[in-house]
Amino acid sequence: MNLLNLLALPQSGAETFWFPSQASTGASRVDDLFYFIFYVSLFAFIAIVVATIIFSLKYSRSRVGIEPEDSPHHSTKIEIVWSVIPALFMVAMFWYGFKDYVDRRNPPADSYQIEAISQKWSWTFNYPNGAITTGGNPAIDEGEGLVVPVNKPVVIRLESTDVLHSFFVPAFRAKMDAVPGRYNYVWFEATEIGEFPLYCAEYCGSKHSRMLATVKVVSQEDFDTWVVAAADDSDLSPEERGKKLFGAKGCIACHSVSGVAGIGPALDSLYGKEETLVDGTKVAVDDNYIRESLLDPQAKVVEGYANVPMTSFAGQLDDDDISAIIAYLKSLN
Amino acid sequence: MAPSTNSLDRTNYLNATKGFRSWFMTIDHKRLGLMYLWSVIGCFILGGFFAMKIRWTLTPGVTDFMTQTVEQMNAYNNAFTVHGAVMIFLVIIPSIPAALGNFVLPIMLGVKDVAFPKLNRLSYHLWLIGALLFVATLFIGNLDTGWTFYPPYSTGHTDVSVITAVLGAFVLGFSSIFTGLNFIVTIHKMRPPGMTWFKMPLFLWAIYATAIIQILATPVVGISLLLLLVEKTMQIGIFTPALGGDPVFFQHLFWFYSHPAVYVMILPGMGVMSELFATFSRKPIFGYKSIAMASIAIAILSFIVWGHHMFVSGQSETMSVIFSALTFSVAVPSAIKVFNWIATLYKGSIAFTTPMLYGLSIIWLFGIGGLTGMFHSTLGTSVHLHDTYFVVAHFHFVMVGSALFGFIGGIFYWWPKMYGRMAEGALSKWGCLLSFVGFNMTFLPLFPAGSRGMPRRYAGYTEAAGFDSYNMAATVGAVVLAVGLCMALYSLIRSLKHGEKAPANPWGGVTLEWQCTSPPPEHNFDIDPPTVDDPYDMTLVEWRGQEEGFLPKNPRSDDPCIADIQKA
Repeated sequence: MNLLNLLALPQSGAETFWFPSQASTGASRVDDLFYFIFYVSLFAFIAIVVATIIFSLKYSRSRVGIEPEDSPHHSTKIEIVWSVIPALFMVAMFWYGFKDYVDRRNPPADSYQIEAISQKWSWTFNYPNGAITTGGNPAIDEGEGLVVPVNKPVVIRLESTDVLHSFFVPAFRAKMDAVPGRYNYVWFEATEIGEFPLYCAEYCGSKHSRMLATVKVVSQEDFDTWVVAAADDSDLSPEERGKKLFGAKGCIACHSVSGVAGIGPALDSLYGKEETLVDGTKVAVDDNYIRESLLDPQAKVVEGYANVPMTSFAGQLDDDDISAIIAYLKSLN
Repeated sequence: MAPSTNSLDRTNYLNATKGFRSWFMTIDHKRLGLMYLWSVIGCFILGGFFAMKIRWTLTPGVTDFMTQTVEQMNAYNNAFTVHGAVMIFLVIIPSIPAALGNFVLPIMLGVKDVAFPKLNRLSYHLWLIGALLFVATLFIGNLDTGWTFYPPYSTGHTDVSVITAVLGAFVLGFSSIFTGLNFIVTIHKMRPPGMTWFKMPLFLWAIYATAIIQILATPVVGISLLLLLVEKTMQIGIFTPALGGDPVFFQHLFWFYSHPAVYVMILPGMGVMSELFATFSRKPIFGYKSIAMASIAIAILSFIVWGHHMFVSGQSETMSVIFSALTFSVAVPSAIKVFNWIATLYKGSIAFTTPMLYGLSIIWLFGIGGLTGMFHSTLGTSVHLHDTYFVVAHFHFVMVGSALFGFIGGIFYWWPKMYGRMAEGALSKWGCLLSFVGFNMTFLPLFPAGSRGMPRRYAGYTEAAGFDSYNMAATVGAVVLAVGLCMALYSLIRSLKHGEKAPANPWGGVTLEWQCTSPPPEHNFDIDPPTVDDPYDMTLVEWRGQEEGFLPKNPRSDDPCIADIQKA
C-alpha cells in the first residue's frame, strides 16, 4: 500500500488506492465524481490546516505576548465569500451526483432481468428460463453465485423472505436493499469477464458476515449455453432435486446435514425419529410433519428453537418440490 | 492567609453538605452536572470496552474466518450493538448538554440554578434508570440488532433483550427532553439584565439550539420505539410485512429523530469550540452573529435531511434527490463555523493549554469528518459508500473526533471551576496528543477500506477480501487511542489531590462563570447580580500572575474577595 497512490487517478479501470477495479459501466462515473469531491475536499482541508498551523505559530502567546494587537472581529465581505464559494462547489457535487443517480436508477429497456431472493444468510437467483443458482454461507456451501453476461444491462429484482438484506457489488459500485414485502431494483452492465465479490451490506443477524457470494461475469455465448443447461433438471432423481432445492432455497444456512445443530436442528438421520416440541408434546418426523414445517413452520417448533423463527416456504415450493425435499431428507438416514 | 479567588478552604458547593443523600437528592445544578459527568465517564469506559472487543475480533490472525463459530459471531454482533447504543444514548447525547451544560449554563447566566431544579434532578434520575435498563440488557440476552433496532430483525428474529434496551432508550429520551426544556426556559426567562440574545456566550447559543432538537425530535423516537415494542410483544403489525407492516416506515421514523440527534451530539461540541478559541486566542470570537445563527440554522435544517440515511432503502427516487440537496444545505453553516474559529486565531495571542490542544485537534478532525460527509450527500457516491467502513470512519470523525474531543476539551476547560484545581501539565497534554494520533491511526485507514468495499457489521473477513492490513492498522491505532484517553482521565483524577489550586479565572475567559470563585459557592455568586458585558471583550480582564490568574480591570467594590486582593 503506497501512500502516494492516495492522490493518483485511476488508469483504465484498474484497482486504485481508493477503489477496486472498475467492472461496470457505472463504476467510472462514480469514481470520477468521488475524485472530484476528493480533490476539492483535500484542497479545503489543506487550506484550513495550514492556516491553523501558521496562525498557531505566528500568534503563539510566547511570541506576541499576552495582549494581542487589535484586529477586526467581523467582516461581512469575507464571511459572504467563504459561505458562497463552498456552496457553489456543493451545487456542482449535488448536480453531478443527481445526474449519475438518475441514470443508475433507470435501466435500459433491453435489460436482462434476474430475480434475487435473499434469506438469512444466502441468495437464490432465478433466471427467466427457470434456471436457479445460489450463493452465500461459504463455510457450508459455496454455491455458483450470480452468473451474468458481459456488456449486457442486467436488472436484478430484489426480494427478501425474512429481514432486510442489501445487494452490494463493490466492483460495480452497485447497491440496493432487499426489503421484505416489496420489490427493489438495481441494474448494472458488467464490462469485465471475471468473478467479483457480492456482499450483503445490511445487517441481517448472526451470520451476516457469511452472506458472501460471487458475481460471475461470462461472455454472452458462454452465458447462453450455461443458462440453458442450468435450467434443465430433467435428468435429476427426486433425491438430487431435493438436494438442489435444499441449497437453492437456503435451508442449508440453518439446517446442517452433518449432525451438528446450527441455527436450527440438524436434519440428517432425522426422518422417522421422534422430536420433543416446545410445549412438551412429542411428534414423529414423517412426510406430513416435514410438509407442515415447510408451509407453517411455527405450528410445531422443536424444543430449544423457540427464538429462531423459520421462514415459511408457502408459495415458494410446489407439491413436486416438497416431495423432492422429503425424498432428500429420507436419503440422509 | 493571603486573599484568594480559590475557595477550596472556604465553604463551596462541594463541601457545603456531606453524605450520599446530599448528592443523590440534590437539586444543585453543579452537583447534578458532576454526577452526570462521572456517570457518562463510567458509561464511556463500558462502551470503550466493547470497542476494544470489536477491534480484537477483527484483528487479523485472532479469529480464523473458516472456523469462526456462530457463538463467536453472535458475541461480535452483540459487541458492536452495545458499543453503538451505549456510546450514543448514554455517552455522547448527555455528555456536553447534561454534564457540562448543567454545570455551566446557570453560572454563565449569573443565576443560582436552572428554571426547574427539581425537574433537573428528575432528568438525572431518569437517566440512571435508563442506564440501568441498558446494563440489565447485557445480562438478559444477546442484544444484536445494531443501535438502530431495524425491524423486522429486531421484532421477529432476535431475543427479548431488545425490550429492555428499547425501554432504556425510551426513558433516556425523557431525561433528554426534560433537560432541553429546562435549558430553553432558563435561557428565555432568566438571562440577567443587560444580556440580550446577542450578548449571550456562544456556548449558550449552541446549548439552546441543541435543546430545540431535544424537545422536538426526541418524542418521535419515543413513539417509534413504543410502536416497535407493541409489535414485538403483541404481534401487532406496524413494521413487519408478515404482520402487515412496512419496515421502511420505521427507518423514516427512526432517522427523523436520529439525524437531528447527530446535531444534539455535535452542536454542543461546536459551542465549546467557540469558547475555547475566543479565550485562548484572547480575542473576541470572529463573526459572533454568524456562528450563533449557524447554530440555529443547523438545528432547523437537521430536521429535513433524514432521508440521506435511506438512499438504498427503496424510498422514492424523488425523495432521495430532495434529501441529497437539503443535506448539502446543512454543510454550509458547519463550514462557516470552522472558518470563523480559524479567523479568531488570526492576530490573537494563542495559549497552548490542554483544552486548546483539544480545540486545535478538532479543526483537523472535524475538517475530515465534515468534508467526508459530502461524499455521502452526493447521491452518485453515496450509494456505493453506504453501509461500508467509509461511513463508519466518517461518523467516528464527527462523533468522536469532534463531539467527544469537544467534550474532553470542555472538561479540561471548566475543570478548575468544577474542582478548584488545575489539571494542566505534561501528562494531560501527552494524553491529548496520543489520543489525536491514535484516533487518526484507527480511523483514517478505514476510509479506503470502505471505498474498496469493506461492509460494516461483519464479524470477520476472508483474507482474500484484502482488508487485513486496514484492520491491523486500526487495531494498533485503537490501542494508542485507549492509552491517550486513559492518560487524560488519570491526569484529571490525579489533579484532584495534586493539582495546583485554581484561581477564579485561570484562562482569561470573560463569560460570567469566570467571575465566581473556584469552586463556586453553593449559590454561584457572593455578589448579586454580576455585571454583564460583552462576553468576548477580553480587555475586561488582565493577567495577574500564576496565583491570581486573570482579574477584572475594573472590579466592583462590592466583590469582597477581589477587593481584598486588590488591596493586598
